[in-house]
Amino acid sequence: MTNRLELSQELGLDILAQAREKGASQGDVVMAESEEFFVTVRLGEVEKISQAQEKRLGLRLFFGSSSATASTSDISKESVARLVEVTCAMARSTAKDPSSGLPAPEELAKTIPDLELFDSSGRTLSVEEKTALALEAEGAALHADPRIVNSEGAEFSHHESRIFYANSHGFAGDYPGSTFNLSVTPVAALNGSMQRDTWYSTVRRFSRMESPTVVGQTAARRALRRLGGRKIQTREVPVVFDPLAAASLLRHLSSALSGYSLYKGASFLVDRLGSQVASELATVVDDGTIPGALGSKPFDGEGIPTRRKSVLEKGVLKSYLLDTYSGKKLGYPSTGNAARSVGGPPGVSPTNFHLLPGTSTPEEIIASVDEGFYVTELIGFGVNLVTGDYSRGAAGLWIHGGELAYPVEEVTIAGNLKEILMNIDRVGNDLEMRDRTAAPTLKISRMTVAGS
Amino acid sequence: MGQEIIPAESFFDRRFGITSRELDRVLSQALEKKADYADLYFEFRVHEAISLEEEMVKNASQSIANGVGVRVLAEAKTGYAFTDDITIENLELAARTAQHIAHHRDHSLPVPVGQGRIHDLYPLKEPVTDLPLDRKIELLYEMDRFTRALDSKVKNVLISLASEHKIVLMASSQGWVVGDIQPLTRLNITCIAEERGNRQMGSFGGGGRVEFDFFTAGKDYERYAREAVRQALVNLEAEDAPAGMMDVVLGPGWPGILLHEAIGHGLEADFNRKKVSAFTGRIGERVASELCTVVDDGTIPFRRGSLNVDDEGTPTQRTVLIEKGILKGYLQDRLNSALMGMPLTGNGRRESYAHIPMPRMTNTFMLAGDASPEEIIRSVKKGLYAVAFGGGQVDITSGKFVFSASEAYLIEDGKVTRPVKGATLVGNGPDVLTRVSKVGTDSKLDEGIGTCGKDGQSVPVGVGLPTIKIDGITVGGTASS
Repeated sequence: MTNRLELSQELGLDILAQAREKGASQGDVVMAESEEFFVTVRLGEVEKISQAQEKRLGLRLFFGSSSATASTSDISKESVARLVEVTCAMARSTAKDPSSGLPAPEELAKTIPDLELFDSSGRTLSVEEKTALALEAEGAALHADPRIVNSEGAEFSHHESRIFYANSHGFAGDYPGSTFNLSVTPVAALNGSMQRDTWYSTVRRFSRMESPTVVGQTAARRALRRLGGRKIQTREVPVVFDPLAAASLLRHLSSALSGYSLYKGASFLVDRLGSQVASELATVVDDGTIPGALGSKPFDGEGIPTRRKSVLEKGVLKSYLLDTYSGKKLGYPSTGNAARSVGGPPGVSPTNFHLLPGTSTPEEIIASVDEGFYVTELIGFGVNLVTGDYSRGAAGLWIHGGELAYPVEEVTIAGNLKEILMNIDRVGNDLEMRDRTAAPTLKISRMTVAGS
Repeated sequence: MGQEIIPAESFFDRRFGITSRELDRVLSQALEKKADYADLYFEFRVHEAISLEEEMVKNASQSIANGVGVRVLAEAKTGYAFTDDITIENLELAARTAQHIAHHRDHSLPVPVGQGRIHDLYPLKEPVTDLPLDRKIELLYEMDRFTRALDSKVKNVLISLASEHKIVLMASSQGWVVGDIQPLTRLNITCIAEERGNRQMGSFGGGGRVEFDFFTAGKDYERYAREAVRQALVNLEAEDAPAGMMDVVLGPGWPGILLHEAIGHGLEADFNRKKVSAFTGRIGERVASELCTVVDDGTIPFRRGSLNVDDEGTPTQRTVLIEKGILKGYLQDRLNSALMGMPLTGNGRRESYAHIPMPRMTNTFMLAGDASPEEIIRSVKKGLYAVAFGGGQVDITSGKFVFSASEAYLIEDGKVTRPVKGATLVGNGPDVLTRVSKVGTDSKLDEGIGTCGKDGQSVPVGVGLPTIKIDGITVGGTASS
């Protein structure tokens, strides 16, 4: 194989110069290099260790208003020249789309702030130290209770990357990132039936990771509280979503607010900007500038700076999530939410997307429910974003007389997202930015719980 | 790409100049410090995606990826390293990294050698990725015009054609070298129909390890378009689905996703070796009504879930999972078959060189029974008839699964009556097939659209089912029944 090129801003600009010589009117280059490591342990023994390095390079070219993208993991001079040829040939065959093109030069990031996305301490941790973290987390889960009888294992992983972006306006930038993840999945058993649950900590700075003991004990507690699950009679009741389950509602909201879903008419929130789409208790923010947060980045997949914006203010829809293309289709500027895989055209994704905390403690919310369902896990794909129809498999705990009474499983909860959002009638004070999308405990005043 | 078709065995030598002598050297390095087994997985993959919306083919993209994964097994331990820079130096580095796992051990484990002939299930004259782009683009425009002409309520049409051409080469410390060329293509259509402010979606698609004329020769693309439009129009008329326990009839084909979720994942060997599956230790026991025989078959020509060899060099086969209701076997990869002392079944699969193989399904389906579909529906007083599904998910350990209907109807007094939307079925894997009271004569496989996710790895799969009746399963809708 031929000599591999180093990724750099200059390489990006050089490729765009080659493309211009071939007649491309505009273009951009996305490059990523990454190193990853993971170790999994199970029942006190190492199970898998994996280590790797990867580089990828993607090119998007415009010939007037038609465009195409191509990518390769083979980053040599010859291969890059071939990539330019292939992309040019494809871009001449696609449709002329008047909304296509790069952002305007003045929209691009002028400075690249340090958002504390990178921590080099992964390099100084030995394989043995990384393994010990996973062993410790699993051990904490296994020793938490005699009913924890088995384990699907624990994993520690570490990922480092550098993203480069350059476009034919002369913009070029790059930024590094790192993540550390520790997770454990214990299995609890009672009377021959088994339950598992997972807990995890994912962070950009190693020092902020939850201790292995906390991760292990939390996972054990979650698996144990599912033991002895019952089915319940079909009925309509208040439903309380724990923070992880509530975050899934926020993910549906962010998908429905993606400019691509909206201009295609594939969202239940089409044409609702400025209207009340959720309860007054719901204020939702998307903020890509929070230092050290998982979804932060200095600029988006088109070189536009990320920012903080209100998405819902007291339930009123204030902003869609847009990149340049979907923004043009809807008549608005980009909101800095372009997401980019190396191999394709931009899409839209939220950065750090969260519902702001309210004033009630989770205990107060549960105490406000006489008969109802506290949801801790949702499975399946029963969400139709076009109509908002919602029906998912659920597990959790039954609330009786304001207290968590017994576990419930093999039921579904159903409703329509339009009503679910309007029916948020309590918001917890327990927001934690555990993932890119996060929410506090939420209570929905009524949903159908289907069981026997 | 204009790749000439050459055997996989010589492809990597020609492209990267890695000779078989060098492969042997890397493998023996990987076995140092007394590992049980080592293998290499080379992959070269071209992927192309073309999509149409708003009557324009706006996007075409191509990606080329190549790389190699080195795996070392030492008892239950796996060491893995991969690189996308295929040089002999990087291979040696990866081998040393992967064999880190073999430290401190005192036992050894015999790893089984795959038996049987390697199939030739998808010989293609011309890969779809090699065809001129304009021909593929023209198909999308033709399909779009056809779809829009079907009904004025159709407001938007989204079509995508995704094709890949994958060349793999596997070599192991057992001395064998196996190559395969794996084409895969999928054509999908989604349409959005609107009437009086009500918007609904319909989707259809198909494909497999096939050539381009699979879609054009019999005008299958027109059938896909008609199905997507029909489904969207049906959903415009649909009422809210009922909630509660009721009898459910599943239509043939894609509803076989029930088997995949409720049964298939729970029979993958890794979960059973670790004793975390709801099916653990139940071989020989009754897990379904005696009407049910379920198989996993990776050897059906041109199917999306089929493979000549699995991703660790074992020829695929037909494996009986459930025979007349009795649990017969698990789906194995090399590691788990060695640890459990059970034969290989050709189900060791991985998403790419960047992933460690694990037991996965291929094409999983139920064999036909003797009831006519009409008689099955007639036997239901009040229930649900579900013919198309979005997707499903299972919790292996508790056995609880869920899957969501994208086209379903009420059955009232033995007749299919009104369409309903938003029906989700939820049940318990080891229990659901014991409730199957009728199995139809009409077993069929899906159209070739399935992708299965497990532990972050996606692989193409097939499912199949005859019309079946399940006595009493929870339907999660919103309407009070």
